[in-house]
Parts: sequence; C-alpha cells; structure tokens
Amino acid sequence: MTFQRKDVLGLEDMSAEEILLALDIAERFRAVFDRPVRSVPIMRGRTVVNFFHEPSTRTRISFELAEKRLSADIVNFSVATSSFSKGETLRDTAENLAAMKIDMLVVRHKSAGAAQYLSKVLECPVINGGDGCHEHPTQGLLDIMTMRQRLGDLRGKKVTIIGDISHSRVARSNIWGLNKLGAEVTCCGPPTMVPGNIARLGVKVEYDLKRAVAEADVLNILRIQLERGAGTGFPSNREYHRMYGVTEDIVRGLKPEAFIMHPGPMNRNVEIASEVADGPRQVILDQVANGVAVRMALIYLLSGGDPGALASSDAA
Amino acid sequence: MEWSWQRIPAEYLVTGVKLARGGKLAARKGFLHVKKGRIEAIGVGKPTAEGLPALDAEGLVLAPGFVDTHVHFREPGQEEKETVATGSRAAAAGGYTAVVTMPNTDPAIDNAGMVRYVIDRAKEAGLCRVLPTGAISVGREGESMAEMGAMIEAGAVAFTDDGSPVASGKLMANALKYAKMLGVPIMSHAEDLSITGGGCMHAGYWSTRLGLTGMPRAGEDAATFRDIELARATGGHLHVCHVSTKGAVDAIRRAKIDGVLVTAEATPHHFSLDHSCCREYSPLFKMSPPLREPDDVTAVADGLADGTLDCIATDHAPHTATEKELQFDQSPFGVIGLETAFAVGNTFLVEAGKMDLGQLVQCMTERPADVLGLPLGRLDEGAEADFVLLDPKRQWTVATEHLRSRSRNSSFLGETLCGRVMATFLRGRLTWREEDPSLG
Amino acid sequence: MNFTEKAVIMNRDDVSRAIKRMAHEILEANSGTRDLVILGVQRRGVPLASLLQEAIKAVEGEDLPMGAIDITFYRDDLSKLGPSPKVATTEMPLDVTDKVVILVDDVLFTGRTVRAALDVIMDWGRPRAIQLAVLVDRGHRELPIRPDFVGKNVPTSHKEVIKVKVEDFDGKQEVVVGEVQG
Repeated sequence: MTFQRKDVLGLEDMSAEEILLALDIAERFRAVFDRPVRSVPIMRGRTVVNFFHEPSTRTRISFELAEKRLSADIVNFSVATSSFSKGETLRDTAENLAAMKIDMLVVRHKSAGAAQYLSKVLECPVINGGDGCHEHPTQGLLDIMTMRQRLGDLRGKKVTIIGDISHSRVARSNIWGLNKLGAEVTCCGPPTMVPGNIARLGVKVEYDLKRAVAEADVLNILRIQLERGAGTGFPSNREYHRMYGVTEDIVRGLKPEAFIMHPGPMNRNVEIASEVADGPRQVILDQVANGVAVRMALIYLLSGGDPGALASSDAA
Repeated sequence: MEWSWQRIPAEYLVTGVKLARGGKLAARKGFLHVKKGRIEAIGVGKPTAEGLPALDAEGLVLAPGFVDTHVHFREPGQEEKETVATGSRAAAAGGYTAVVTMPNTDPAIDNAGMVRYVIDRAKEAGLCRVLPTGAISVGREGESMAEMGAMIEAGAVAFTDDGSPVASGKLMANALKYAKMLGVPIMSHAEDLSITGGGCMHAGYWSTRLGLTGMPRAGEDAATFRDIELARATGGHLHVCHVSTKGAVDAIRRAKIDGVLVTAEATPHHFSLDHSCCREYSPLFKMSPPLREPDDVTAVADGLADGTLDCIATDHAPHTATEKELQFDQSPFGVIGLETAFAVGNTFLVEAGKMDLGQLVQCMTERPADVLGLPLGRLDEGAEADFVLLDPKRQWTVATEHLRSRSRNSSFLGETLCGRVMATFLRGRLTWREEDPSLG
Repeated sequence: MNFTEKAVIMNRDDVSRAIKRMAHEILEANSGTRDLVILGVQRRGVPLASLLQEAIKAVEGEDLPMGAIDITFYRDDLSKLGPSPKVATTEMPLDVTDKVVILVDDVLFTGRTVRAALDVIMDWGRPRAIQLAVLVDRGHRELPIRPDFVGKNVPTSHKEVIKVKVEDFDGKQEVVVGEVQG
C-alpha cells in the first residue's frame, strides 16, 4: 500500500486503501498521547502554515496540536490577525506563501474549491481544513476512525447523518469516505436541507427521523448553523428539535450498541437533547482525540514524499 | 489590377466562394462584387464585371457579417475589462459587423447622452456597427422608466435592464407597452432573484457534489413565464435573452404558436456545455444564467434548429484576470464569446448534425437582424457590404492569442473547435483577417 | 533491489551461544539483575531481546521486564521514508526512570537507529543508564555511539548488507552477509 499523493483535499479522491493506511497510522499516534512526552521529533525543522480564512477554533487547535506533537514549526494566519483576507486574492496569498518556502499548508476557506486551487499553485502539500460546503476530509477521517474503533470493519454497517446536508462539508466527506469503506449511509433532515440529488452520491434519503435511525449503528448529528438555517430551512429551533432533534425518546428506539457522534460545537436542545449530549451513547471526546491523531497521520504521511535527502539510516 | 490586402481597392471582386444566405449554402461557387462599400452584384457562376482586382477565396464560404444581439463592452466605467474599441476588435475577429451593447455600464446607459457617447466611441474605433440598448429603468434600479423616446432618437435599438432582472411586473408591463409604441423590443434577462439569489451555478447534482449554492431552473422558467404573459397581455415585443432551460424553450415555443410577439436568443455556451464543466471550480464556467443539465443543452440546440429560439447571441461578458482568479463563488458572472461563437456553433450544431451551415449563418445574421427590425445580416445588391469569409472545416485550438478582447475569460480556452472566420469586411473594408499565407 | 546472499556468518548455534555470552556479560557488568529493563528495537531487536531475556532467566531465574521501541517517528530521514512507512508500536512495560535500560538491536551500523531509540527512551522517562547490546557490529559509524555488548564484530564494506534472521519473522535463526544490486 502506498500513500503517494501530494495533497489531501477531500475523501472523494482518496482510495479505501489510502483511507485505511491513514487511520492505521493515526492509531499509532493515538498511542503516543498516553506517554509522558506526547510529541515526537519527526517534523523537526519543517514549517507548517495554518491559513484560516474563516473563523474556526476547534479545527485550528486540533491542527496546531497535531503539528506541535510532530515538532513542526507553526505559523498561523487567520482572518482576524492578518491582511491576507483584505482585498487580496487567493492567488496573491498563494504566491506569498510560495515565496516563504513553507513545507506544508493547512487551509480553511469559506469558498468551496479554495484548497483545490491552492494545491494547484503551490508545490508543497496542502491539507484541506474545510472548504465552503464542499469537503472537510480530516473531520471525515476522524469520524470514520471513531466508528472503526467501535465497529471494526465498516462494511455493511449503517450510518445515519442527520442535519443540514446541503450546507455540510462534514456530511460530504463522511459520505465519500464511508461509501468507499462499504458502509451504508442514510441522510436525514427536512427536505429543505437534504437535496434529493444527494442520493446520486450513493446514499439513502429519509425524511422521517425515527425510520432513518431504526437500523443505524451510528448516528452522526450535524451542527445546525443557526445563523444560516433559521428562517429558510426550518421554521424555528423548537420545531427543528421536535422533528429532527435526537432526544432520549429517539435514543430509546436505537439498536442497543448504537452510538452517537457530533462534530461540535453542539447546539444543545436543537439538534441534540442535552441529556443525550451528556449521555452514555455519545463518543464526542473520542472524536476530539482522534482528530488530533488523524491530522498527525496526514501531516506525517504527506511529508514522507518530499524530495531532498538528509542522512542515511541503519539498514538492518 | 492585382488584389492587395494592404490597400483594399474601392471596387473589387471576391471569387471562388460558396455563398451562404437566406438560410442556405449555395452548391455552386459564386462571387461578390463590391463597389464603394456597397454590394454592386452578387451571384453564382462567373462575375459579369471584368478587369477588376479580385480576391480569390477558393474553397471558403462567404456569408453576411454576423449580428450579435447581446454583448457587454463595459464602457463607460469598467474600461479595464473592455472598451468599445477593444470590444469592436473582438467582434471583428469573430466575424461580427454589428453588435448590440448592453446598458449595464457605470453609469448605466439610461439617457440619450450616454447612448450618443457609446455610438461616438464606436465611430472612433470604426471596426463594427455598435447598436446600443438603453436601460428600461433609471439607473437600472427597477423603479421608474428611463427616457426611452429620447434614447431612440439618439440611436438606441432596444431596452433592457440586463444583468439585473426587472423584478416589478408592473414596470415590465409598462416598458413593453411603451416600447411597443416606439417600435422596439424589450430584452429580458429572465431570472427571479427571489428563487436564484445567492446561487453561483446551476442547482443540480454538481452543485450538491461541489458544495456550491445552486440557481434552480425554476428561477429562469418562472421569470420567462411571467414576461411571456406580460407580452401576451400588452402586445409588446418581448425578446428573451440567453435562454438556458428546457422549460423556457418550451414556454417560448408555445407562446409563438399562440401568436405572442416573442423572440429569443441562445448563447454558444448554453448549447455546448453543461454544469459538469464546473467540477474543477473554474470561474471560466461561471455565468448567469448558469450552464445547465445535458437535457437543457439539447433543448436549447433543438430550439435554435426549429426556430423557437431566433438567434445566437454571445452574451460576451469580459472580466479581468484578477476577477476570474477569485474563488468560484466570489468571481463575477460572465464569459467572453465573440471570437469563438462561429466555431462553437459550427462544432456543436453543424458538425453535430443539429442544423446545416446555411441555418447556422442565418441564426447569426438575418434572424438577429429581424429581432431588431434592422436591414442587416443580408447580402442584397445595393446594401452595404458587410460580409465574412469562413473556413468551416478548419480546426483550431483556442488560445489567448486568438482573443482580441481586453479580457481573456473564455470557457473554450484549450478546446479544439472546427470552423474559422478567415476575414471580416465592414462596408467593404477589411476589419479583421486571419494571418495566414494560404489566403492571398 | 535484489539481495544476493554470499555467506552465512553465524548459524543457529552461533547466535544462541552469542546471546548466552552477552547475558553473562550483562549480569557481570551490572552485578545482577537489579533495576534492569530490556528494550528491543522494532522489529528484529524485539525477538532478540526475548532471547536475551530467556538467557538471563536461565542464569538468574528471574524474568526481567521487557518492552519494544518503535523509532519511526524519531528518524532523521523523513523525506526518504518513501511511500509506505512501516510503523510499529512502542510498548513500555514500566516507567524507565532510574532504571538501567538494556537496549537491544540486531545490527549496529551508522548508529542513527540507536540515536533515535535513545530519544524515544528519553521521552518516556530518565533512566539511570542505557546500555547497548547488538548481535552484530558491522562498523561504519556516523555518530559517536559504541555498543556495550556485542555478539560478533563483522568487518564489512559499505555495499555489503548484513541480514539477521529470527524464528518469528524468518523461520530460521542465522546471520548472513550479502550484497544488494540495483
């Protein structure tokens, strides 16, 4: 098995083998977290730039932690702290970054396709930290890693994604990745948020929540973007909770071992009832820990292909 | 006397050509006799006049100069994208001798003075007839009607708020009535922004897959339905711009059967490309209306072939390289099309078997002239000699050096197309020639 | 890359004898088993470490704590790892602080693997001492590292390759010398 890609832009163009390799390496990195020293020196002397053109706390911190635990040097650009966003085109940004001779770029951008664009103009590896409503591959991988830890082989396993599928990059990355590993994905939400043609990506569409989760092994609950959805996609938070909120009542109807995921941050009592959010079925903190491990794995794997020799090693 | 490209004589012959006119391509070779910028004689066989300098264009097709009902020349206000002069240059390179300019400049063309300004700029350039449209509403703001009468006197040929659809049905109805009195069409950018607003590509499988906000077909269909009903009710002449959906084509077909005074145009990109072109997020495939589904593409091509859609219009919409290097959702709508229109039509309609070359030429000459009610796009004796020489079998790969517009935002860069405009003549004068030694 | 075997330089008995001798040397040098911990370097250092553990038990009747060290994330040649890095696990049996670590590997060559292994151990704790035991020392050091216990010194040329075969991975126990072409 090889991992010879330059970038990770989405799970759409990754093979099942590549996904599994990344997850296997991520498991090794998770083991590092249990040691007294939680970092390894492998990326020493390499510079990773985190370019966040959209506010994000969790993803940015997770990437930073991953980079630090690999001993990389880190530079952060974000909308708030740099002039990069002010009237500057992405091409200008890319040229600046290229001139700075960085070793890797992590990009989060509000426009779909931004990571793809940067990957074409930059020689260094690019990791997509979320582009518009398109893909969020590291979130997809950490979700899948969490599922695999509990379910093993995902072939034939049933995953139900609930929420605003239309505007969710998390949903798209989950769908591509899970399909490749043979899981059966169902998308559930109001028709205003679940486009019918999403079925062409190879998922089932179900508008009734109870039916959508009855057979599920995993529920992946998306965050409702209150600022976006209210007023167009659904009448009110209260109504959303009534129709699509995962409540204790819904949990009672699940298979006994079924568990609940959420990419965070949660809107309690909108997409998920508080009792469920704090209940025994959720694995949200596993997702957080896996997120760091997955990002370490991708950074590590993408660095391996870089040209420029250092020293020879002991040949056994 | 010898023919000379460098000094085009006042009187000359073009020989060895197949004439395309009246929707037909002549089977036998013929000639054109130009004298002082007008057509002295035209016909098949040998020319009757002798001893004149003659351009031997053996093997080429001679057609009327093309007429485009829809271009954006951006002047005044956005001269970094295009000017009347650079736009005229692009038009000539595409075989066009007359183009209708849109009024969405800055400031908008909404008064007689601005109409005269555009016409004066075009005279200075002298490469193409530039026929300005005026705005329907003052400042294209969709509120109160602009002074259409004064603009007609200044030389406007139609009215439109193109770029911004007319949201108010009342204003649209009044504009249709008023323009009817003036004897000109109202050109409609049919889009219901309350349906499509915020979108950046066609709403369908690809927008879902790419995570881009879609513009549903219903937005164009509903606006087209409304405008047709207003045309039916008022008796005004509605010209539907850049039709891109199957639903709109069907609605126009039915309206024509009903006798509603409606005409329509289609762009080369809408009968050749579909929404899957957006898969790499290239803003060179972002335009409004957007590239639609394959069955829409077929419906538009069929609509042109059966006459439901009257003519081909480029919707030539220049934007700077910087703007077209923005992210797909941030980049402005529009692509250029003058230089490639004939080749795209020839490749995707003629070579694809949808129509013959005579019909294609008709869609680019007589029919758009008829939409405007202007005596253009024909090769009649006594008329001004606007004509083009075409090589319909010549393959070429579109590159930036083929583009004469100030902007480079073509959807067809890198595409190999079939059919080339070899030379363009306006009033008997050469305005553009393919630099090719094989041609004299 | 083609590996051509030239000669067997240690057979099964030679390897067993060398391990037994090293066990005695270790016990001698440390005056017994007090605070000793054995750590094998992944992958072939690990089975050799078990053999050493057994040999020490045969003498002292005591099972020393044993662990495994994976150096992948500590290498200094990330860019040369190529497309398919092999990542194994590090297993620490206990806190190594104030212990004496016997670090076991199959072949000592440039010293870079040992350098990485030392870093791994340091990240886990602060041993009182680390001693290095290798089955074969083939020379050509690139770092100031020397073994404390050696099974066999084998002078080699740079292009030669030493292969240690162990039961767990190779189905036999021997050391061969060969060359790599291509």
